[in-house]
Amino acid sequence: MSAHSSAQPGLPVLPGALFGSRQGEITQVPSPLQRAVDVTFRRLCHAFAWFTILLVTFIVLRIAMSAAPAMREQGWGFLTGRVWDANAGQFGILAQIWGTLYTSILALILGTAFGVAAAVFLSEGFLGSTIFGLLKYFGVHLHPWWGRLPDQIERILKELIELLAAIPSVVYGLWGIFVVIPLIRPLCHALHEHAGWIPLFSTDLSGPGVLPAVIVLAIMIMPTVTAISRDALVSVPVKLRMAAYGLGATRWESIFAVILPTASRGIAGGIVLAFGRALGETMALAMLVGNSNQINLSLFSPANTLAALLANNFPEAGPREVGLLMYAALVLLGITLVVNIMGAFILQRAAKNAAE
Amino acid sequence: MAASVQPIEPNSRPVASPHDHDIVMHCDIRELFYGNFKAVRDTSIPIKKNSITAFIGPSGCGKSTVLRCLNRMNDLVRGFRFEGKVRFRGRDIYETGIDPVAVRRFIGMVFQQPNPFATSIFNNVAFGLRLNGYKGDKAAKVESALRGAALWDEVKDKLHKSGLSLSGGQQQRLCIARAIATEPEVLLMDEPCSALDPIATRKIEELMTDLRKKFTIAIVTHNLQQAQRVADYTGFLYVDTSMGGRTGYLVEFEQSRKLFEDPQHKHTKEYIRGEFS
Repeated sequence: MSAHSSAQPGLPVLPGALFGSRQGEITQVPSPLQRAVDVTFRRLCHAFAWFTILLVTFIVLRIAMSAAPAMREQGWGFLTGRVWDANAGQFGILAQIWGTLYTSILALILGTAFGVAAAVFLSEGFLGSTIFGLLKYFGVHLHPWWGRLPDQIERILKELIELLAAIPSVVYGLWGIFVVIPLIRPLCHALHEHAGWIPLFSTDLSGPGVLPAVIVLAIMIMPTVTAISRDALVSVPVKLRMAAYGLGATRWESIFAVILPTASRGIAGGIVLAFGRALGETMALAMLVGNSNQINLSLFSPANTLAALLANNFPEAGPREVGLLMYAALVLLGITLVVNIMGAFILQRAAKNAAE
Repeated sequence: MAASVQPIEPNSRPVASPHDHDIVMHCDIRELFYGNFKAVRDTSIPIKKNSITAFIGPSGCGKSTVLRCLNRMNDLVRGFRFEGKVRFRGRDIYETGIDPVAVRRFIGMVFQQPNPFATSIFNNVAFGLRLNGYKGDKAAKVESALRGAALWDEVKDKLHKSGLSLSGGQQQRLCIARAIATEPEVLLMDEPCSALDPIATRKIEELMTDLRKKFTIAIVTHNLQQAQRVADYTGFLYVDTSMGGRTGYLVEFEQSRKLFEDPQHKHTKEYIRGEFS
């Protein structure tokens, strides 16, 4: 019996529906309401996705349009000039570009080292085995409460590190000024005194400068690196760990030769994300970096960043300067975009190599 | 209920005669716990040189647990506690002062799931050589290990390719190559074919009978035919639920032929006849 002839007279057959329900059947074609909800939901998702893309395009476009007069007026010289002097009418952002990249890269190195180390500590059960050993010594490792303690502590530590990301940037700035700078000043002074011939220590720390900015920035991006690296490390299949241990690798050998390389793609993703954050970080850097347009390798000299330049100059900017700042903003946007694209590219290459 | 091994007449296959000095490892588990859970009790199995010893039994009978005792892989499980002895090279590997890492270097392991590292085929096989600080010709050792695992002809032109690019059966043979590259005295295999198709399984089985000439093998399998085909000795473990727990123990240990043709114990008979799994 075909589906068409079996349609019951009382039941409406929807256009496009293959079957009508027979008497007493539970199965029904989707009701008009179900269909309507389905279609609406799908269209809404489409609309929101496109809206996001449009929004990004709109932002970039508006900034570019506002920057256009300044771009025509200054040309490429804007990117290579080292002086920003409104009174003299000289505008150049090379020092800011340098400062942005220098502080971000140094912070990235520092933040990655600490972040990945923390992630390894949290994911490889170092704490757990120490505490568990201790509990075993006291004979309470099988206790329903005490036996769970190692995992609980690990979870709390993880939450604490992620909490670092929740501290507002301006609080970091204040902390940097009133805690970090006084703390590191004696050391910086001594380094400059005794190792001043090394370019990194060639000036003295007079207050704000690259190093305090880098330290605070590293702390700010560390949670990102830690959280993403930890997820990547945890998702390394247990069978790979077992393979390494089964071959007689020590814990360190397993971590360095197998687990970290396997998780490297996820870790690299975290690093790229953190780099993006470091490049765009504004408030803490505006407070800590010294806002002085210098290009200097010294860790103790003040510098400036693009984000800090924008934050510091907007309040008093005239129409012409707003255009110039828009130009600088576009450059910052460009750098961030290039970094993200490069990151995506590296990740893709890594994925391809792993699959081959 | 630990079954002892009677002296036996020579098997049809060239099996080493079962004198005591031929016993490479002697596993003697009295009690084994994971936390408060008693997983295995009273299991004593001798593992003889250049033979294949299979552990069979229903799911949850602790056969894998017993195997993982033999190279202290269980130490990685939190709450693991062991009472008994595993004799190897004149010492108990659970003695204080014995480093589990060292044990695992002398007693290799192949796992249920093929688990090559996300690196090249060559590096996969050379991993153990590097761990052991092997100074000789790595390439030659890698080649002989891959030949030993019957994989060389398939991969000799793509040693730099990722181990993950191979098929499941090839990956498992790569893992075998990785395990035998350092020439450990004993090779433990934990259901090495259960993730593979019949053709790949057959290849691994042929490989095992080949490897027996050089290594001593202990294997866990839930495939009775496999145990029958490859194993010289078979231990049947059963799970005891009488005390409300699920504790595995050794019911019978015999030459495979004898165990399969003339099982002595009721549980063994039922299991071999397929009356439960």
